[in-house]
Amino acid sequence: MTRTMRALLGASALCSAAVAAHAQDTTLTIATVNNGDMIRMQGLTDDFTEQHPDIALEWVTLEENVLRSRVTQDIATQGGQFDVLTIGNYEVPIWANQDWLLPLEGMPEDYNADDILPAIAGGLSVDDTLYAAPFYGESAMVMYRTDLADEAGVEIPDQPTWDDIRTAAEAMTDQDAGIYGICLRGKAGWGENMAFLTAMANSYGARWFDTEWQAQFDSPEWTEAVNDYLTMMNEYGPPGASSNGFNENLSLFQQGKCGMWIDATVAASFVTDPEDSTVADSVGFAQFPNKDGVDNHGNWLWSWNLAIPSSTDAPEAAKAFVAWATSQAYTDMVAEEEGWAAAPPGTRTSLYENEEYQKAAPFAEMTLNSINAVDTNAPSVQEIPYTGAQFVAIPEFQGIGTAVGQQFSAALAGQVSAEQALQNAQTSTQREIDRAGYGE
Amino acid sequence: MARAVSTRRKWITTVVAWALALLIFFPILWIILTSFKTEAEAISTPPSFLFFDWTTENYGTVQERSNYFRHFWNSVVISIGSTVIGLIIAIPAAWAMAFVPGKQTKNVLMWMLSTKMLPPVGVLVPIYLIFRDVGLLDSRLGLIIVLTLINLPIIVWMLYTYFREIPVDILEAARMDGAALRNEILYILTPMAVPGIASTLLLNVILAWNEAFWTLNLTAANSAPLTAFIASYSSPEGLFYAKLSAASTMAIAPILILGWFSQKQLVRGLTFGAVK
Repeated sequence: MTRTMRALLGASALCSAAVAAHAQDTTLTIATVNNGDMIRMQGLTDDFTEQHPDIALEWVTLEENVLRSRVTQDIATQGGQFDVLTIGNYEVPIWANQDWLLPLEGMPEDYNADDILPAIAGGLSVDDTLYAAPFYGESAMVMYRTDLADEAGVEIPDQPTWDDIRTAAEAMTDQDAGIYGICLRGKAGWGENMAFLTAMANSYGARWFDTEWQAQFDSPEWTEAVNDYLTMMNEYGPPGASSNGFNENLSLFQQGKCGMWIDATVAASFVTDPEDSTVADSVGFAQFPNKDGVDNHGNWLWSWNLAIPSSTDAPEAAKAFVAWATSQAYTDMVAEEEGWAAAPPGTRTSLYENEEYQKAAPFAEMTLNSINAVDTNAPSVQEIPYTGAQFVAIPEFQGIGTAVGQQFSAALAGQVSAEQALQNAQTSTQREIDRAGYGE
Repeated sequence: MARAVSTRRKWITTVVAWALALLIFFPILWIILTSFKTEAEAISTPPSFLFFDWTTENYGTVQERSNYFRHFWNSVVISIGSTVIGLIIAIPAAWAMAFVPGKQTKNVLMWMLSTKMLPPVGVLVPIYLIFRDVGLLDSRLGLIIVLTLINLPIIVWMLYTYFREIPVDILEAARMDGAALRNEILYILTPMAVPGIASTLLLNVILAWNEAFWTLNLTAANSAPLTAFIASYSSPEGLFYAKLSAASTMAIAPILILGWFSQKQLVRGLTFGAVK
């Protein structure tokens, strides 16, 4: 055999081996958001790839709003760029109804889907079929400074009313010392101030639409909720609150400038972290307030979930990854590697039954109570034609919610009156909902 | 006396120019400073300017979490590729418009510019669908094509402006000496227009480097440039300002260095023909 022949044979054997090896490889492209829990998961994926050596992972991490538009565009056009998506519980039912997501059936036996908190699972299911697996979940609650409350001589009950909150905010405010009784979201956006204001309105007994899809911003409940919000923020809130979102309020609270902050439960782990928070050892928790006489704690529920788009060409590998990342075993691994306080919260009952977690996370019980108080099928005490929580689960809500949020943010900045903002919200919402053909 | 007034005016002009330059540069300086702070320091009020515990921890974290060099290489290929292809198309086009203008030349130039007036989101879905069908999604080639088309009007306009400054007699002399069209453009026009072409090239590399709409919307894992690298550190729920600043500093550093060394050409290019 000549040297050339041997070289050719060798090269062809190498090529065959390479092709065979390549044929075994599946690469999953995972679109995700940038937050502490997701970043931690990326760091722990060696465990998954060791279990599945034939699956490689590629990450596309984007800011929440960019990710939402990027992923929506890809899934709506069946672009097939992603195999696993990180999406919120707002998108899951809408996309599942469009057949854009694969149902999560046939998960591994040890997955234990029954362990998922019922409120969370309910928001991710259509006709009792799970379409996304929760990675972490949150509701909203009151976080307050116990030292300031003691100094001011006020007590915040575990289930406060808005009157309790207003009284405490007044007592804790010391503007000369740069301490503001209450910090709430003011930045315009359906996921910013409208997440809070919708939950607040829910707790006042308000609703976005009546059963005929007529907007309800002219109702006394909305009027009272918005006026109380503006009064509290103008009298006891920080300056420039109309541009404050989650991060800005987190920063203010961590620096000891807020007496109370009502926001996502996931913030509890940040404000009690002594590395970043100057008030870590003096934070108390209470459930989202309700108006006296209204049995509704706001109904705020958000979860970041892993879903598989129907356009993926690797559904089994994607399912294996989703099962791994949202399993009890993953939570145990996080606890072992980084401690129980780092475990992704708000998804599994077993986590809240774990004594070690309860010890490591003083906010665990209140978080669980807040999540359990949510009913996404009945976010308002009045009859409604929609589901949702701090949002209305219709595709048009992003646009409608942001337009309304701009009105209330402008009212907080003093650019329009509360009355005018409510009237504008009513007009624009009704126009959009009519245009979309609801209630016909 | 006249000299005193002139010196004073010079001083005032210098101070105003420096003040303006610092004002414009301040956001970038702030990003660089923040990248050396801890997350807690990055959000503290009142903010600390220079007196804080400097740390390079954020750079380490960013490097650990992301494949910077892959994003960097994608940025280099996409920005240089789109600019070079744009120049290859634009030089003959600008030559034709500058030296052999027709009745519709001005209209064609205005029409080319009008394509810049369309908001990019208006054509996002059609382009996304075309790219999906021809397999160009998440590819560097796809981005090179899009960025070439986007920046082409600017390249043509800039080159047209430079070419108009070149005396047509020189080209005619070459033609009389028997130079073919190709040789006229390659050996007569291009060498004379090198400063203009260089500044067009630099400006378009910067524009392509910083382009964030198409580079975020048409890429996923493989061809994402540094704009996507920065976007991966932005978060509405969690404080990552210091890490975001470190990522931003790493993303703008190459183009800042390029801009610093080529500032003379850039300024010359941008002010060419402005004063006669």
